[in-house]
Amino acid sequence: MSGLEDLYREIILDHYRSPRNRGELPAPPAHRVEGFNPLCGDEIVVFLDVVDGVVVDLKISGQGCSISQSSASMMSAAVKGRSVEEARGLVRSFKAMMSIHEAQLGAEDGDDGPGAATPVIAPDDLGELAALQGVVKFPVRIKCATLSWNTLVQGLDELEAARA
Amino acid sequence: MSIDARAIRKDFPLLSPDRAGGPVVYLDSAASSQRPRAVLDAMDDYYTTTHANVHRGVYAIAEEATRRYEAARVAVGRFVGAPKPATEIVFTKNVTEAINLVAYTWARRELRRGDVVLVSEIEHHANLVPWLMLAEERGIELRYVPLGTDYHLDLSDLDRLVDGARLVAVSAASNVLGTVVDLEPIVAAARRAGALVLADGAQLVPHRPVDLGSIGVDFFGFTGHKMLGPTGIGVLWAREELLDAMPPFLGGGEMIRDVRVDGFTTNDLPWKFEAGTPPIAEAIGLGAAVEYLDAIGLERVHEHEAALATYALDRLRDAYGDEITIFGPEPDPQRRSGVISFSFAGVHPHDVAQVLDTRGICVRAGHHCAKPLMRCLGVGATTRASLYLYNDEEDVDALVDGLAEVRDLFA
Ligand SMILES: Cc1ncc(COP(=O)(O)O)c(C=O)c1O
Repeated sequence: MSGLEDLYREIILDHYRSPRNRGELPAPPAHRVEGFNPLCGDEIVVFLDVVDGVVVDLKISGQGCSISQSSASMMSAAVKGRSVEEARGLVRSFKAMMSIHEAQLGAEDGDDGPGAATPVIAPDDLGELAALQGVVKFPVRIKCATLSWNTLVQGLDELEAARA
Repeated sequence: MSIDARAIRKDFPLLSPDRAGGPVVYLDSAASSQRPRAVLDAMDDYYTTTHANVHRGVYAIAEEATRRYEAARVAVGRFVGAPKPATEIVFTKNVTEAINLVAYTWARRELRRGDVVLVSEIEHHANLVPWLMLAEERGIELRYVPLGTDYHLDLSDLDRLVDGARLVAVSAASNVLGTVVDLEPIVAAARRAGALVLADGAQLVPHRPVDLGSIGVDFFGFTGHKMLGPTGIGVLWAREELLDAMPPFLGGGEMIRDVRVDGFTTNDLPWKFEAGTPPIAEAIGLGAAVEYLDAIGLERVHEHEAALATYALDRLRDAYGDEITIFGPEPDPQRRSGVISFSFAGVHPHDVAQVLDTRGICVRAGHHCAKPLMRCLGVGATTRASLYLYNDEEDVDALVDGLAEVRDLFA
């Protein structure tokens, strides 16, 4: 009956045991943003260094379960070095994989024209992140997996708002 | 005579080895207990044979509904030793509502800016947020009895803390630590300071005999679903003269004696606090639950849980030594319950509970609605296993074995 192997893939455990981009960045100049999962008290802090529309560096601190920690670690590896647009595309693809679709996300982009929901990056190209697909079978844990991603979006939104 | 948990489980449909979906090892009774068939039958019988609204109809089935509802009140009141069960037992939705009732009626009439309410660091949010709301709304001061290093409340500074307090509001037993609070010195200190005492009995009433006639508190709340009863029913008890002096809580039908276009007068106790159609079936179900517990005897339930808690703590420590940190007092039949919170091998509680779930073992992972306590303990969350009369050593063994798999997966 288990299904545990679906949830705890080896690559997930690897990111949990040796998280990438763990630590802090001096803020400012970096942007610091916190996310909470009120269900379990997990908290995550994302430090974002965005220069000329590119996420040149990012670090993660905070505490949480294996799913939230490994998801954050994979996110940091996937997003670092990408443009903000690409990062947002990744978020959309990731959330689609978590079975969360634009309608549930609320107005995230503003210009939700036709095609806005089309992932910039196809799920097949999510690389390591695809390992988190098994989380979908454990609905309570979806919140754990998306915590860092929501926090990232909040950080990007705040940066954009500050520039506008 | 000790309890035969295996025989008791036969009374609980959900705990049957033949349960659709597979048997479960239920170790989460501190969150909500399971209920025996007798409780389900009592509710069913009411709905199928004599459902009508209470205190209204003159016809026979309505009279019978009223009789059963009021009989449940008296049974529940006697169960906790209420001196006047027919008038002092107020049915609420749960203990959260019972505490809020006191906060909205007694406290809003009595407390002014700067008045002190003394709580403790181990409180469930249900006995914290209503007072924090009053602090925001009218500037009352909250003080906290600290948690000691032995996981009991540190009462060494109690007289200073209680000085000037109007109310002391504390748990009678912790839903996280398994600490059973020694109410006697708290009540004595409150008396000396002229403060009233409210005790949150949610984790005490299901597990050991309570005698409201002698424990000396003024307000006492508990909740049906943790004591084999249904959800949707809880109890506030208070001394009659206090209830009499309190303004009503919710307004509506049932709680009035007379209504004119320019005003109303309130009904007698306890109906003054029961606006609208009450949870009739749930009250009857709770009545059946206390009857079931009485037939077994709470003293035996207490002995059984104390012995099982000692067994569990010993086994967990023997098996895992330094890998497990137990947040709670040492085994002690009088001062410790069967609630066992721990952190394990650096594995997050979510992951512990997830792995155990695949073995049909139900434990709680999280902050247990006690975030200030989590901060005291220096953790975000714990894993909690909690024991009740239907658990036995086999359940504890299943937990110990399951933790080995957790360790193997994450270590
Ligand atoms: C000590 C304590 N107080 C209050 C509550 C709240 O109970 P309820 O949700 O039934 O109001 C609980 C249980 O969750 C509890 O353990």
